[in-house]
Amino acid sequence: MKIVIMGCGRVGAMLAGRLSDAGHDITIIDLNASAFRRLPEGFAGTQIVGNGVDQETLRGAGIEQADAFVAVTQGDNRNVMAAQVAMHLFGVERAVARIYDPERQKIYTELGLRTVSPTVILSDRLFDAVVGP
Amino acid sequence: MYVIVVGAGKVGAQVVRELVTAGHEVLAIERDPVKVAAINEELGEIAILGDGPEARVQDEVGMARADLCVATTGRDETNLAVCQVAQVRFRVPRVIARINNPKNEAIFRALGVELTVSATQAILAHIEQELPSHPLIHLLQLRGSGFELVEVLVPESAPTVGRRVDSIDLPPGVLLSLVVRPDGTPEVPTGGTTLEGGSEILAVTQPEHETELRRALTGGA
Repeated sequence: MKIVIMGCGRVGAMLAGRLSDAGHDITIIDLNASAFRRLPEGFAGTQIVGNGVDQETLRGAGIEQADAFVAVTQGDNRNVMAAQVAMHLFGVERAVARIYDPERQKIYTELGLRTVSPTVILSDRLFDAVVGP
Repeated sequence: MYVIVVGAGKVGAQVVRELVTAGHEVLAIERDPVKVAAINEELGEIAILGDGPEARVQDEVGMARADLCVATTGRDETNLAVCQVAQVRFRVPRVIARINNPKNEAIFRALGVELTVSATQAILAHIEQELPSHPLIHLLQLRGSGFELVEVLVPESAPTVGRRVDSIDLPPGVLLSLVVRPDGTPEVPTGGTTLEGGSEILAVTQPEHETELRRALTGGA
């Protein structure tokens, strides 16, 4: 699959490395070129400096041919906007957004995005770790 | 009317002031405590500290009973999220978003935020109107329909001068609504109307047919 990832923080970089190792064609976007240092050594994908909310940047990243898009910047709003642009303007089938705010996660799931909330997942895990079996 | 304004920077604060003066019930949500304090000192306790796109914050200020939500922050992604949360979660009947990057207008519309205001676009429209030689001027976006009202100037040198309107091959869906003659006389064009150099034509078109429309009326002049 051709996959575009927006945000090269710890999560974005690790995901890019794993998907690339699994044989996918990865393009990763970040505002800051120094963020690409987080990518694993020998990362085979493409790196693009730019703002993923901007349609031209997404086009430059090959969004029109992409099968999936993942938005994992620090900003919930930026992630949902970029994922919606990918889905509705560029017809990307799988548009995934990281959303910290669980309420906003519900709203955007309703609107058709695939969403992951670290807040919900982490509190579940922590709950189990504290009082689970 | 109960209006909730998100963002109390220069733009937002002025919107709040005008609405209060006009007698509306207004509430502002702002992330910067300094700006919140400034509004409250000037206008009474009508600003609260909070993150506009957060559903909990919108709930607290009574978004569900708001008649209108206006998102005025300097970030398009924030304004989009504010409007979407207000519409989807709280069923606010009308939202208005400020757009900072004109390229985002299409995506806002595609996502159900019909009414957007772009300072850049407004300035460009004024510049277009000030430049008499500009061949196509945007006058109005017709909300919801996907059509816009534009003005096309027919230059003296245009090869279409002297031709009848019904001999011109217009793009699909285009409607010529009004012709203003060089002497200032307006008339509703018919098939038999002939084009005059220096006249202005008001037409309704879809944005993607703009270039074709201009070429059809001016012959590329």
